[in-house]
Amino acid sequence: MSASVLYDAPGPKARLRNRIYTVIGSLAVLGLIVFAIFRLHDKGQLEPEVWDIFNNAGVRNKIRDGLLSTLKVFALAGVLSLALGLLLSVGRLSDHRAIRWFATGFIELFRAVPLLITIYALWVLILTYQKDLGVIGENASFWALVIGLTVYNGCVQAEVFRAGVNAVPRGQVEAGYALGLRKSQVMITLQMPQAIRAMLPTVISQLVVTLKDTSLGYIITYDELLFAARTMANNIIVNGENPITPVVIVVGAIYIVMCLALSSLATWIERRGSRAKTGIRVAAAAEPAEAPQVLDKPVSPVVPPTADSVTVAEDAASTERAVSTGDASSTEGATSTDGTADGTAPTDGGAAEPPEDTPPPDLKK
Amino acid sequence: MNVLLDHLPEFREGFIGTILLTLASGALAMVLGIVIAGFRVSPVPPLRFFGAAWVTLFRNTPLTVLFLVAWFVVPVIFMPGLSPWTKALLALGFYTSAFVCEAIRSGINTVPLGQAEAARSIGMTFFQTLRLIVLPQATRTVIPPLSSIFIALTKNSAIAGAFSVTELFGVQKLLSDKGFDIAWIFLWVAIGYLIITFTISGLFRLLERRLGVAR
Repeated sequence: MSASVLYDAPGPKARLRNRIYTVIGSLAVLGLIVFAIFRLHDKGQLEPEVWDIFNNAGVRNKIRDGLLSTLKVFALAGVLSLALGLLLSVGRLSDHRAIRWFATGFIELFRAVPLLITIYALWVLILTYQKDLGVIGENASFWALVIGLTVYNGCVQAEVFRAGVNAVPRGQVEAGYALGLRKSQVMITLQMPQAIRAMLPTVISQLVVTLKDTSLGYIITYDELLFAARTMANNIIVNGENPITPVVIVVGAIYIVMCLALSSLATWIERRGSRAKTGIRVAAAAEPAEAPQVLDKPVSPVVPPTADSVTVAEDAASTERAVSTGDASSTEGATSTDGTADGTAPTDGGAAEPPEDTPPPDLKK
Repeated sequence: MNVLLDHLPEFREGFIGTILLTLASGALAMVLGIVIAGFRVSPVPPLRFFGAAWVTLFRNTPLTVLFLVAWFVVPVIFMPGLSPWTKALLALGFYTSAFVCEAIRSGINTVPLGQAEAARSIGMTFFQTLRLIVLPQATRTVIPPLSSIFIALTKNSAIAGAFSVTELFGVQKLLSDKGFDIAWIFLWVAIGYLIITFTISGLFRLLERRLGVAR
């Protein structure tokens, strides 16, 4: 938002300068891309044979199987981590000191230790006691990955839920007790639903992290997407070498698409949630439906954000009508403002990205 | 218990390795992150596009994939003959720079609008506004997220150990391959990481208190 406030609506000189920068910048970005492509070509990575491997049914099946096992780990670890997160957050908020301390210690320990360390330790542990563990012992790397992801992300999710529960207004809890609800009823029917709803975008952002972390299975040789693709690339020889570069590029693209899909879900829910909230507020205040939008962007990038731009926006209808019905002399003024609006339009378009879906940074891995 | 005492040199080297890798890639990530954040708020569209593409690319790629790229793609295509340490530094630094960039950008967004407006109205250019007015004030709000980004970086540096860089995960792997009890190794390695992460959060809290102003 404030990006646009860092510079004025450019005048003729600045517009020229910006255009020069734009050309130079575009050339630089293009040059970078061309250089990368040139190098790839130079090393023979753009030969048709190298990319032809993806037409092979075996290669495709390998990638599909890898993708499916990645998704399997993600689904299981995601569900289990949410369950563990709920349990731990309730434990951490508990009135019993022993439970609270246990949950706090558990969360702090496993949140501070790198996930890879946990997964590796679990893997070695499961391999050591393989005989006694039955089903778990047979798929040591799978279960090490799932349990490791569950424990780490469960701890993070617990902190998210706790933040959500703490954000529920105190009056709600008091009202619940006043109605004669028990402690567990207050938690289950009042606090948790609101906490989950408020924290849903963050929870999903953490699920994106979970999805990304499934690639740690590569290190404990679990047959997920990355490992499957890598072993496959080692077994194929095209033009005398292993086609690692194209395989890594394709796998990276698959990961990026999956993560973007999931995080766009988070953004969508966030926007939906905030819209619902403004809807409620508008209804209570009995204001016209446009009002929240006006309040949302007092910093409209096209108009330099000043006090009068807000007033303009507020009675936009009347002002606009005044301008449009104004005499011929005012049309010139209108076109000139149009000119500046055009000048800033590209900047505006670029700045109008979806709002940052950054998860609160302390939740990041 | 004996694992630690018998293999103190290994543990020490791993510990120092983790710290050095974290510091170096943290510095790289800070520099890149500030530059990219500047790109993302600049008036020049291609730079903004570049910044957005950078952040999207590095934030949505698993770090393991980046390590694979650094190990098997970068040496072949761009620069052959990098040491494993440099490659790990590049992968970690680039990955973290995307998060640093987002933290700084949201910090910029929290600086009151009036500040930038005032700077502009006394005739400062974009760079002056950013350098003299907005970024110094953004620093304060950026410090808590940066602290957790660096803690995450410390933890992420464990992946470098799997790619034969000397650090704490490498020690764990080495010793467990030698057949020592994994529980004790895990405990000591975990304590090593706890020391580093607590130090980081302590330092940042100190910094926060130093820079804090009454508002």
